[in-house]
Amino acid sequence: MLRIDRAIYDRIVAHARRDHPDEACGVVAGPEGSDRPERLVEMANAERSPTFYRFDSHEQLKVWREMDDRDEEPVVIYHSHTATEAYPSRTDVSYASEPNAHYVLVSTRDPDTAEFRSYRIVDGEVTEEPVEVTGGA
Amino acid sequence: MATEVRIPTILRNLTNDAKAVEGKGATLKELIDDLDARYPGIGARLVEDGKLRRFINVYLNDEDVRFVGGLDAPVADGDTVTVLPAVAGGMR
Repeated sequence: MLRIDRAIYDRIVAHARRDHPDEACGVVAGPEGSDRPERLVEMANAERSPTFYRFDSHEQLKVWREMDDRDEEPVVIYHSHTATEAYPSRTDVSYASEPNAHYVLVSTRDPDTAEFRSYRIVDGEVTEEPVEVTGGA
Repeated sequence: MATEVRIPTILRNLTNDAKAVEGKGATLKELIDDLDARYPGIGARLVEDGKLRRFINVYLNDEDVRFVGGLDAPVADGDTVTVLPAVAGGMR
């Protein structure tokens, strides 16, 4: 299960909406081993594409070093799908390489309703998990 | 002296859970060969058909090695090499 604070959840959805029709992507860091997503980092989509995303490699190095220095890890890795459901594509699965991360998919295909779903992706196997949004509105 | 190589979570099963290891080599290719001799299997996770795998980012100090010569990039004592899984995907 992914437990995520309402404020961070809302900011992920807002990021996905803002970058629509391109895919948006980012990470939420948290203390190592805590499974608590606490610090949102919006990443640039180096592909600037409606069908693909890739973290810019230099930005990724900077952000990963920062997490290392703060004893954090990527608790959530998120990106949006702009025209399809919030389910990992074959490409998403082939790239997924953080076995401890929650892979969050947001679909912005419907302008009024955000689909926000979370998955574990380990050794090519996708398992959807419940999302519990905590904190007041 | 040697070159420090920082290892991502996904590859630490090959380095006895070490976050960083040391290796020797005048180029990135030699360094990876040296690591593979001591941590068998790590070479194949980084290189395929003589090229860096596209799912992997390798940095020499602050530079993505793809921009500084790839596997032929010269490596010096005291340099730091960082390996990170690329984060990418998309709807197809």
